[in-house]
Amino acid sequence: MLDAIIQGLLLGGYYAMLAAGLSLLFGVAKFINLAHGDLAILGAYLVLFGVKVLGLSPWLSVLLSLPIMGILGWLLQKYLFTRTQAAGFLLPLLVTFGLGAVLQNGLYGVFGSDTRSLANYIGDLSWDSWQLTDQISVGKLPVITFACAILVLAGLQLMLSFTRLGRAIRATASDPEAAELNGINANAVHCSVSAIAVMVTGLAGAFLAMRAQITPYDGPVQLIFAFEAVVIGGIGSLWGTLIGGIVLGISQSLGATLISAQWFQLTGHLVFLAVLTARFYSAIAHQRGGWRMFLKQSYFSITGSLPSKVTKTKIKNG
Amino acid sequence: MSAFMVDQLVAKHGLLMAVRGVSFSLEKGEILAIVGANGAGKTTLFRSLSGVHPVDSGRITLNGEDITAWPAHQRVRSGLAMVPEGRRLFVDMTVRENLQIAAEHGRSGDWVLDKVVAALPVLEPILNQVAGGLSGGQRQAVAIARALMCNPSVLLLDEVSLGLSPIAVEGLYQSLEQLKKSKVTSMIIVEQDLKRAIQFSDHLLCLLEGRVALSGCSHELTHKAITQAYFGLEAEETENA
Repeated sequence: MLDAIIQGLLLGGYYAMLAAGLSLLFGVAKFINLAHGDLAILGAYLVLFGVKVLGLSPWLSVLLSLPIMGILGWLLQKYLFTRTQAAGFLLPLLVTFGLGAVLQNGLYGVFGSDTRSLANYIGDLSWDSWQLTDQISVGKLPVITFACAILVLAGLQLMLSFTRLGRAIRATASDPEAAELNGINANAVHCSVSAIAVMVTGLAGAFLAMRAQITPYDGPVQLIFAFEAVVIGGIGSLWGTLIGGIVLGISQSLGATLISAQWFQLTGHLVFLAVLTARFYSAIAHQRGGWRMFLKQSYFSITGSLPSKVTKTKIKNG
Repeated sequence: MSAFMVDQLVAKHGLLMAVRGVSFSLEKGEILAIVGANGAGKTTLFRSLSGVHPVDSGRITLNGEDITAWPAHQRVRSGLAMVPEGRRLFVDMTVRENLQIAAEHGRSGDWVLDKVVAALPVLEPILNQVAGGLSGGQRQAVAIARALMCNPSVLLLDEVSLGLSPIAVEGLYQSLEQLKKSKVTSMIIVEQDLKRAIQFSDHLLCLLEGRVALSGCSHELTHKAITQAYFGLEAEETENA
């Protein structure tokens, strides 16, 4: 079980990296990108292209893919997302859904439907591990992925806290109109955030291709994982995203170990649903003056009478 | 050449014409007070001037440049800053960060952190506090300081005294008096307190249903004439009342 928890924790690093872009974009631009998973897969294929077609080393290919993904994110925000956001909440969802379909079919058109992986190009790293005890070993690649996720999140946090761009991003996230009234170009900030988000998502996609086989149609599954990590950890919070990713990873790993391998994804979905339900009822309880009042009201709506202690107090007070 | 000029400005909320052909001009260091009842169009006028509400027609000129089509952030960088109604601070950030943002993205000039803190001493003990936890008076002081950090040549102040205690309002106007004496920054204020608006400003403009009902030199306009324009009353009605 300890092994399952450790493997889940390391898997959470990948989920956190995957979800960071989604969380950042939603936190600042208040925008849910349904093509997020497909952009991760695009990042992975971009690295594969660099390795297979251009003959680059995998790590150099990852490095070169990042600015390309960043530029793509900037262009998408400037020419697509900003324009659709002006038309309300629904249109961006439809447009990014369509963008996802375009990316999937575009990748299929260029690379075909065969499964592909970077594992063959990274040597021993794809299977090598450190033996911690007789029963527990950790893969080097998952540890590197987790460390990379921590570095990316810490870097983003430092950028948000201590740089000019970071302060502009936080101000725009807080109140875009007030940001404009202080000289901040809110649209340019959104473009920067989108560039960073797509870059980080592409990096996550590259790590996915190193540890697993991918096809052009794997994006929607990655979107669900990212979405679950963001919701579990709290929308718009970077470190919350890490916690969400870890909770999701451990849930999946425990489900697969304690129940059966088929429960890997389902356990994660159930934990996500439980957190979502808890958040929903917590919000209602907050609106109704706290959990105690909410429970009393719920009890009354079910039984038609108040709990005996409350009734007695009421009678005593006249 | 006027420092700031507005010519036949029209702004709408959907089909409703909220500002109807408003015109005025302001010289460097002058102060214009805009008064009017609720719904007269003051806030829409301010939002249009600052660039966060679209202008339907008309022209806005800042230091000789036509800024009518400019976005809000570009206007700020050219010297037009606004203290919006409700203060609109970045509540999760500290006061220092709120001011730093304005300094980083606004126009460069004499107003730096030390000078602003000296002009508004109430800021000194709260610089490292989160803006969301401040009192109304402190928030207003931060909002004004933030606008000053943009080094504006024209400063728009929307409902500066709204919701503040009389002591806080007094303190605030003392600070604004210091700014007024420097004669560098022109100011346009929206103020519900007629007496204070007349005392503080050089010119006064009264809006009624989006139109200019009265305008002139503040010290030449009588309280009675302003009240008539404010409520849209004829002279006789006011006398009978």
